[in-house]
Amino acid sequence: MSKKQKRMLARILVSGALFLTGELAPLDGWWALLCFLPAYFIIGWGVLLKAGRNILNGQIFDENFLMCLATIGALGLASYDLATGAQSMVGYDEAVAVMLFYQVGELFQSYAVGKSRRSIANLMDIRPDYANIRQDGVLVQVDPEQVAIGQRIVVKAGEKIPLDGRVVDGETMVDTAALTGESVPRSLKAGDDAVSGCINLTGLIEIEVTKPFGESTVAKILDLVENAASKKAKAENFITKFARYYTPAVVISAALLALLPPLFLGGWGEWLHRALIFLVVSCPCALVISIPLSFFGGIGGASARGILIKGSNYLEALAQTELMVFDKTGTLTKGSFEVVKTVPAPQVEPQQLLCAAALAESYSDHPIALSLKRACAVQQADDRVQEVQTLAGKGLRAVVDGEETFVGNAALMQAQGIAYTPLQEIGTVVYVARAGRYLGAILIADQLREDAKEALGDLRRSGIRRLVMLTGDNRATGQAVGQLLGMDEVHAELLPGDKVEQVEKLLAGKSEQGKLVFVGDGINDAPVLSRADIGIAMGGLGSDAAIEAADIVLMDDKLSELAVAIRIAKKTLAIVRQNIVFALAVKIGVLLLSAVGMAGMWQAVFADVGVSVIAILNASRALNTKKL
Amino acid sequence: MKKVFKMRDLDCANCAAKMENAIKKIDGVIDASVSFMTQKLTLEAEDERFDEIAREAARVCSKVDADCEVLL
Repeated sequence: MSKKQKRMLARILVSGALFLTGELAPLDGWWALLCFLPAYFIIGWGVLLKAGRNILNGQIFDENFLMCLATIGALGLASYDLATGAQSMVGYDEAVAVMLFYQVGELFQSYAVGKSRRSIANLMDIRPDYANIRQDGVLVQVDPEQVAIGQRIVVKAGEKIPLDGRVVDGETMVDTAALTGESVPRSLKAGDDAVSGCINLTGLIEIEVTKPFGESTVAKILDLVENAASKKAKAENFITKFARYYTPAVVISAALLALLPPLFLGGWGEWLHRALIFLVVSCPCALVISIPLSFFGGIGGASARGILIKGSNYLEALAQTELMVFDKTGTLTKGSFEVVKTVPAPQVEPQQLLCAAALAESYSDHPIALSLKRACAVQQADDRVQEVQTLAGKGLRAVVDGEETFVGNAALMQAQGIAYTPLQEIGTVVYVARAGRYLGAILIADQLREDAKEALGDLRRSGIRRLVMLTGDNRATGQAVGQLLGMDEVHAELLPGDKVEQVEKLLAGKSEQGKLVFVGDGINDAPVLSRADIGIAMGGLGSDAAIEAADIVLMDDKLSELAVAIRIAKKTLAIVRQNIVFALAVKIGVLLLSAVGMAGMWQAVFADVGVSVIAILNASRALNTKKL
Repeated sequence: MKKVFKMRDLDCANCAAKMENAIKKIDGVIDASVSFMTQKLTLEAEDERFDEIAREAARVCSKVDADCEVLL
């Protein structure tokens, strides 16, 4: 508890004691006033003062003013009864009780808000406090912001990696949980990229800094999460707008209630009392406070699982996802090509076939060439390869060990008049011929992510109606992968520009309420990511492009996190809806009951602060993303 | 120019909404957002008069809730 809150608690206790004395002691009339009036002022002077000050500043319908009006009104009515000897249901104790409970509620509210502010701050506690640099042979702790590119920093076991860089010395395991939510440690050795925000678990490592602190992963993530709250959700804007009309409307109804019925029915005091109850209920706080709290909890909870959401609006939209569009390469697949099959011609060894192809391709950096080189143990052999010639759209020709070699597609074999055995399988087929003789075919394919199928099934269970795949690959490969994963639609042979067009077509075809989510790796699909209602980039850890371009970033490379993100969004939105409905229902219910004289001040106080407290407690559930 | 300011003692969510509306009405403000949860004011305003506008925004905030302070 802060100092301010402790002072408030003391005032509540003193005032509460006086209140109880007044209630329990056999005092009546003017004596009771001696107990209740001090109790009222001890608990209420702050509210009175604030109300006065706010009126001077032109803030009329503020909650302090409403509480003052309601309690002073009750005091006035009680004094009138006392002076005239009339019997009514209003007493001084009521004014004190209302103020007392209002303050208890406010205190609780400020405590709860402070607590969830802190717990979210803790979730995001990835900011490194210092970096170790060597100065004259000794390690010195400096502010990470003062470390320049190219400087070497030392990270000991148990410390956070303060800046992005490359490991130059040492070997260790690092915990990336704070960034990715993944609890399995990663290994890090010389030559690897070290990402700031990870915790060094076992060994001592030395890192050469490659980015200043402001551009390091950790600074980017913090910036992103802190700014997330400024992008407000529709529900949030709706409530603040609603609040602007709600309070004046209730206050005007209170005025009408105090004036109109007694004109015909009489009983001024009773109607005035009912009008005062209206004023207590008129504060929109429960609604206004609980909605940003829920969204913020959802965003905080998601970031604890390695899902960065750039704004409440995206969390809200994510809950309404109708169709999800996936890029194939690098998203559904690993994006790394591997040799998956070799079909050598008779009397040819598989290794012979692979190495012939790898040698011919040894000067190329094309993904296919790289996969061939990985598959063949022979390292680059410059002196064995000559006269390399690229044949556009077909493959290449090279002289390997003095023999003319062709590596390429079926068209190349046909053009060279070489008899080959066509291979009909998913992926890229490379045919190899040497010295006019066919050596065989090599199948190279991008591998599906292990969790792809399961993750997509999970998405369907989370209520996604359509799954669409876009790919630049040929139709056969695209269709085959799509079928394997159970995609509803596959659009293949798309150039990068066509993907935007395709997403636009899909956007036009979906229902008005539903949202379109595009999932990519964030590397070359920035235009599509921004065109979709929500762009999700995978594998944000270590990829600045992904963090920049997307609305939601999955720090880890796991497709299964998509369904988690959707479940978090749905849970958060459910909490938001519960709070709106609950708060409005209680408030409207109490208003109606008090208008006909069936609810008193107590119910009104409950409808104000009681509802706020319950709504806040409900909102804090959004923070918990362990169980969904 | 866009800048983020910290706020102290922002205790009421409705006030945050009121502040945001009032700041948006200040001449020269392009966009403003007051976040109740993070206690932060994000202000986007004309470059030349930015400091003046920021001071005005802080004044508007203390008008809505005298306890709350924008740390300029």
